[in-house]
Amino acid sequence: MEAFDPAELPELLKLYYRRLFPYSQYYRWLNYGGVVKNYFQHREFSFTLKDDIYIRYQSFNNQSEMEKEIQKLNPYKIDIGAVYSHRPIQHNTVKLGAFQAQEKELVFDIDMTDYDDVRRCCSSADICSKCWTLMTMAIHIIDRALKEDFGFKHCLWVYSGRRGVHCWVCDETVRKLSSAVRSGIVEYLSLVKGGEDMKKKVHLSPKIHPFIRKSINIVEKYFEEYALLGQDILENKENWNKILMLVPESLHAELQQGFQKFHNSVQRWEHLKQVVSTYRKSVRNEKFGQHIDWEIMLQYCFPRLDINVSKGINHLLKSPFSVHPKTGRISVPIDLQKVDQFDPFTVPTISQICHELDMVSSNEDDGDKENEAEPDTKRRTRDYKKTSLAPYVRSFEQFLEELDKSRKGELLRKSDAQRDF
Amino acid sequence: MQFSGLKRKKLSLIGDHRGASYPHSLQFYLQPPSENISLAEFENLAVERLKLLKIVENLGVSYVKGSEQYQSKLENEIRKLKFSYRESSEDEFEARRKDHISHFILRLAYCQSEDLRRWLIQQEMDLFRFRFSILPPDKVQGFLKDSHLQFETISKEEKELHFQNIIDSSIPLSGNKYELEAVYKVPFADALDLFRGRKVYLEHGFAFVPHQDIVSIILNDFRAKLSKALALTARSLPSVQSDERLQPLLNHLSHSYVGQDYNAQANMGKISLDQLDSLAVKSFPLCMRQLHKALREHHHLRHGGRMQYGLFLKGIGLTLEQALQFWKLEFIKGKVDTDKFDKGYAYNIRHSYGKEGKRTDYTPFSCMKIILTNPPSQGDYHGCPFRHSDPELLKQRLQSSKISQTGINQILDYIKGTHYQLACQKFFDLTHNVEDGMFSLNHPNQYFFESQKLLNGGREVRKEPSQPEVSQTKQSVQKTSNSTSSLPSSLDSTLEMDMEGLEGYFSEPF
Repeated sequence: MEAFDPAELPELLKLYYRRLFPYSQYYRWLNYGGVVKNYFQHREFSFTLKDDIYIRYQSFNNQSEMEKEIQKLNPYKIDIGAVYSHRPIQHNTVKLGAFQAQEKELVFDIDMTDYDDVRRCCSSADICSKCWTLMTMAIHIIDRALKEDFGFKHCLWVYSGRRGVHCWVCDETVRKLSSAVRSGIVEYLSLVKGGEDMKKKVHLSPKIHPFIRKSINIVEKYFEEYALLGQDILENKENWNKILMLVPESLHAELQQGFQKFHNSVQRWEHLKQVVSTYRKSVRNEKFGQHIDWEIMLQYCFPRLDINVSKGINHLLKSPFSVHPKTGRISVPIDLQKVDQFDPFTVPTISQICHELDMVSSNEDDGDKENEAEPDTKRRTRDYKKTSLAPYVRSFEQFLEELDKSRKGELLRKSDAQRDF
Repeated sequence: MQFSGLKRKKLSLIGDHRGASYPHSLQFYLQPPSENISLAEFENLAVERLKLLKIVENLGVSYVKGSEQYQSKLENEIRKLKFSYRESSEDEFEARRKDHISHFILRLAYCQSEDLRRWLIQQEMDLFRFRFSILPPDKVQGFLKDSHLQFETISKEEKELHFQNIIDSSIPLSGNKYELEAVYKVPFADALDLFRGRKVYLEHGFAFVPHQDIVSIILNDFRAKLSKALALTARSLPSVQSDERLQPLLNHLSHSYVGQDYNAQANMGKISLDQLDSLAVKSFPLCMRQLHKALREHHHLRHGGRMQYGLFLKGIGLTLEQALQFWKLEFIKGKVDTDKFDKGYAYNIRHSYGKEGKRTDYTPFSCMKIILTNPPSQGDYHGCPFRHSDPELLKQRLQSSKISQTGINQILDYIKGTHYQLACQKFFDLTHNVEDGMFSLNHPNQYFFESQKLLNGGREVRKEPSQPEVSQTKQSVQKTSNSTSSLPSSLDSTLEMDMEGLEGYFSEPF
């Protein structure tokens, strides 16, 4: 595999944006069937160029204008913002205050750095296959709730290119949600609370809300493999002391004793569960302390969302198919059918797919020269298929087809309603 | 008053429609009043309404809302002030008319700033909640219908199907009681205050709301309508204010709400950067000491911390140039280089001084804002230490600030009662060796000014913030300051909305 070298990024980006970036699918997504006038034209894009030059409020009239601009600027990073009341590019020409963000997908950003207090394998921007399970659990838990609890249908999950995942909820009604409702949704989905000064971050009341129960069911599928074997959270004294801080002091002595006696995290966790279940009976009528084992599981495994990203309608988020300038990996959609198999380390880098394209092109050049005569666009639509980007574009297309289906259903419903008149 | 006679005549004319104009003891205030009233009555009604709302605020702090004591005290007070409250009283026309007109007058006075609007909405919502709670069950449907609020109830079969989930989602419900009650199915967004705290069962986009929680849906609607109406009122205010009889009156009314924004222009440039470390130890409240320390240690603060601390510093007098220099010097000791700082963070700092974007001059956060909005998460050092710390850690920190054991216990007691601002005030008293209750704390910058005032031996004694017109005992003043701690979650959404514009501009560019 071709290793990524940041120094080559400018050259690679040129090739990527000229021949590989899936413009037509991308435009099809953000145009949303052209149902609302100027929906695409009023959308903000922002680009990060070389040396962190950051330009906001870009907007385009159509797909080809967007292509040309992207190919001209070759951005290191592309962000997508809101749909505004006016063309963002003209934001300075409208009266102050009149330029307003009106709609946007509901987005979530889950970042591995937010789990530093419960990861033993890596810290800050680093990830490994061990801690990636945190993202797997996060996707399952959030995706289930968005669909089953909130009734949303179109959730696009995307690998951020480095250490986390993004989710774009694209349903028509969701794009119109107010900022207050967006933060309400994040609150509903948040269980881990508190900053650097709060050690115990999950508190459950005796009654367990169905959302929490269903989330625990998901965590339980991964807990032993991930937390007890992988992270080995009860491996030694230093680590189990961290867990003791989450347990009432009256239980410490008994737990310590058992932890010393047993030999691994699995046995020690069993011991903890037993101690806690005896304790539960003694505090049956108390407000807290009924679900200590679940509280620990959730603190170690439950998704941690960044509310500020989801709340603001005008907040920008890195676009799918943008390149991560540090790792060179493409922000690819994650196939929900295969979340458990998703491996961030096999996500293609820009150098890899450019190399793949070079290989194929030079082979073709040896063969026939006819390709040259083909129009640029036609050739390009096929180019990505020759690289390992293909399956990811395919799953993006599936997502778009579902969106189309919903839209057609909605149109049919509306015209039926009119006929009834 | 020569036209008072006229008025009486007019009233008797419409007397037959008295019942029809106000069918219920509580109102959604959808139609503004259209009769002519004297200036004296105008003023009188406004002052009475303000008294009522102050009482609502104070009782909400002193008692648990909805508790027996709260309900009976509030009912008493409303009766004393002759506002409408109970459906059963035979002729409530005057009381309902008073309720109607006075509400709209206060809208005029309290639409002018974010803080005023927030305060008015909160008190009006509490008042509404109380009145709704004592509405006889047989009148509820009628009221909902008259206010254009209709909800779909679920069938018996559906109820049985979701029985356990609905019970598990509603904390006060026990299995049997629920059997008797209706369950409504509403789009989830209408149940914002319920679902945000997971107090309702959600399925496929619908909230299953037990009858006893329906008030939350109605309040949601009440707040949305009032909030929108206040925004509209603010827009048409200039024409009202051009009436020279009303303008001083309205201004006077809105000033009787205590609130200073501490965007103190007067202090600009009176502080030098090398004073900060010593000022932090002497005169910063604990939340700001914590941020200052974290910044010095990690050479970085995350977004929430930069906002809270940056605006505080602005409030104590750091100029834009000083702020840029201060943050830059610290950040470049860490992972951020000069270039990245200039491109990313500098913009945000200029923005908070009103030099970028929509050029709003942002004001420092009040305790209420810090306690209620944007709680800290992993990697954050902002928030209120009395609200957002583990008691153990807080205890250690207090010990290291040389607070006596009795003092610590007093502070922890306040925290247990969720009186975070009183806890902070106690911390002030103990670290400054003063008697309690010299002022009522509601703002970190107030903490700073009061501390400086004491330490500099009473030089430049600033005027106390104007106190509300309504007479208050010392106790109630203290309680007022503390009103934040027991506010219901519903206020959060109002605050969230106010914060919208600001947050977006401060999004991390990297």
